[in-house]
Amino acid sequence: MAKFKYHVLVCGGTGCRASQSETIAANIKRAVAENNLANEVQVIKTGCFGFCEKGPVVKMVPDNTFYVQVTPGDADELVLEHLVKGRKVKRLLYVDPETHTAVSDSKHMDFYKKQLRIALRNCGFIDPENIEEYIARDGYSALGTVLEQYSPEKAIEVVKASGLRGRGGGGFPTGLKWELTRKSKAEQKFVVCNADEGDPGAFMDRSILEGDPHSVLEAMAICGYCIGADKGLIYIRAEYPLAIKRLKIAIEQARKYGFLGNDIFGSGFNFDVTIRYGAGAFVCGEETALIHSMEGKRGEPTVKPPFPAQCGYQGKPTNVNNVETFANIPVIFLKGADWFSNIGTPKSPGTKVFALAGKVNNVGLIEVPMGTTLREVIFDIGGGIKSGKKFKAVQTGGPSGGCLTEKHLDLPIDYETLVANGSMMGSGGMIVMDEDDCMVSVAKFYLDFTVEESCGKCSPCRIGNKRLHELLDKITLGQGEEADLSRLRNLATVIKDTALCGLGQTSPNPVLSTLDNFPEEYEAHVKEGKCPAGQCRALMQYVIDPNLCVGCTLCSRVCPVDAISGSKKTPHFINSMVCIKCGACMEKCKFGAISVQ
Amino acid sequence: MSDKVRNLQELRNLRDELKGRLLLREKSKAPEKLVQIKVSMATCGIASGARETMSYLIEELDQQGVDAIVTQTGCMGYCYAEPTIEVTLPGEKPVVFGHVDTVKAAEIIEKYIKKGELVDGIIPDTYNTIDNK
Repeated sequence: MAKFKYHVLVCGGTGCRASQSETIAANIKRAVAENNLANEVQVIKTGCFGFCEKGPVVKMVPDNTFYVQVTPGDADELVLEHLVKGRKVKRLLYVDPETHTAVSDSKHMDFYKKQLRIALRNCGFIDPENIEEYIARDGYSALGTVLEQYSPEKAIEVVKASGLRGRGGGGFPTGLKWELTRKSKAEQKFVVCNADEGDPGAFMDRSILEGDPHSVLEAMAICGYCIGADKGLIYIRAEYPLAIKRLKIAIEQARKYGFLGNDIFGSGFNFDVTIRYGAGAFVCGEETALIHSMEGKRGEPTVKPPFPAQCGYQGKPTNVNNVETFANIPVIFLKGADWFSNIGTPKSPGTKVFALAGKVNNVGLIEVPMGTTLREVIFDIGGGIKSGKKFKAVQTGGPSGGCLTEKHLDLPIDYETLVANGSMMGSGGMIVMDEDDCMVSVAKFYLDFTVEESCGKCSPCRIGNKRLHELLDKITLGQGEEADLSRLRNLATVIKDTALCGLGQTSPNPVLSTLDNFPEEYEAHVKEGKCPAGQCRALMQYVIDPNLCVGCTLCSRVCPVDAISGSKKTPHFINSMVCIKCGACMEKCKFGAISVQ
Repeated sequence: MSDKVRNLQELRNLRDELKGRLLLREKSKAPEKLVQIKVSMATCGIASGARETMSYLIEELDQQGVDAIVTQTGCMGYCYAEPTIEVTLPGEKPVVFGHVDTVKAAEIIEKYIKKGELVDGIIPDTYNTIDNK
């Protein structure tokens, strides 16, 4: 078996390719051949290293030397110095910004790894349908330790000390929630896992349930012990069939091993979990609506207080936590509250999973310590914007969140910072937009969603959001007037202040944040009748440049509404009153004479 | 039932035994040959064809007489490069490959698994785990 002694890994991620990494790889290959090393050294193009800021990246294996910002001209030196003479090329090493020293040895190779996987620790690592693999990774050890060595009060203290906050969006301290439910006196209590993941483009919870269902079951049992509940319910939407299948398998296996059922670990503690299916209504992610849905009632929220901690499922004290929140719990007990609270920021300890989507190169599921900046997430882990376009905004928090812009890129991601800047953490959807996205249309998209998903119980949400949507529609159709902008803002503020539940109270956020961050774009729509991003069809105008048009008549022949006039070999003209902006003429024109304005 | 875990010590023993068994599995029969492959099979992976990749790997490795274990796992997070698989050759660190359709899978078997040569399209591990933090 002929094996290579050395591997040269050249980053072939989109970001690095844009800065000539393919030429670099080709040059290194050539230099390797020229130095008669072709039998010993293999040059490989890899996927993204997640360190695009310093790209193109070249890594030497097995000594793990990491070269950054390499250019095609560096290839010969890298081969001659590193591979032939065994000397590191110092000027291409990564310089630690804090210590100002060059990092070269493999001991310090983690600097470019911006991600830390806690909730996703087993995703993509174990077979989710095999409990033995989970046990081999310390699975159910946290439950065993808690049941044998902790009183419920002491276990709650650990969760409180860890500083873990609800990962479903609100960020309520988890330990405090458990304590409140524990203090409610009742014969029966419930633990509920909220797996009703509803934000467009978000799939964190689904991935955890599909990749590591036991971690959620283990945490629910710990929670049950802490608050004094022997029943757990997982509320999951029926449109997640694979997650449901794997959860069912996991529950069966856990029962077989005695991690669910009666007298768990010989402690006398009983706990079992059942699954409840939701029909996929967004509002049912709100805990009171979720509880009503589980009771077989309409999925409508009710005013808090009373909180579920006092009066929840079937009128009994109920602790509702999100999937990702639960997935963190076993690690907190295995590694200790101090370990956990040292990760992230003081007010928002730990990590957060994000579903990174939209116009980034590396669409994916990521987990970063709190306090990581948006720039690191989008440009390093995400690999930058697709097709080399310009970054415009990032939407966090789904329909309840807002759009953040260029000026927010260096802000650390945590609960407070996002809220202070008009967005929110939400459950972890993160949608990146580029220069081609019209922010008015984006706000309208989210309003579309909210109007559809509003349960209709309270009028601010039911009527107000519909009105907001109508105003946005009017603006994107080019019929807006300046007064509409203040109408938008007033109405949005009123809805925020008066709606019954979280859905209504946060639904105007996409409108408010785009109004705040992109006022010029709204103004262009209403004042100039223009859509700067060229997205609002009604505001576009197809125009023929008479200097480029040769009068071939092709456009007038393809126009479905006969809006183009002109005789042969003379410049044609588009009648914008008739034009339906289908774009067929522009597609057909061979001379590039037709443009959109 | 007798196979229930009755206390923490039993769980620890079981864990150690299972850890050992998973290792043993690697060291069974012919340790110098056994290859471990994990296929990322969450909804997203399956939608991009991970099931086809997995069956292809199982059949092909079997036909070619390569001693290998192919298992499923959850989402590795590289949605942009689905289907993704992780290959662990005996004595080597795991390597993740992206965009593994059946053509790529054939190349991986031919070059990496049989000859130990890397192929283009490796995804470098981009995250820290709780084990090293």
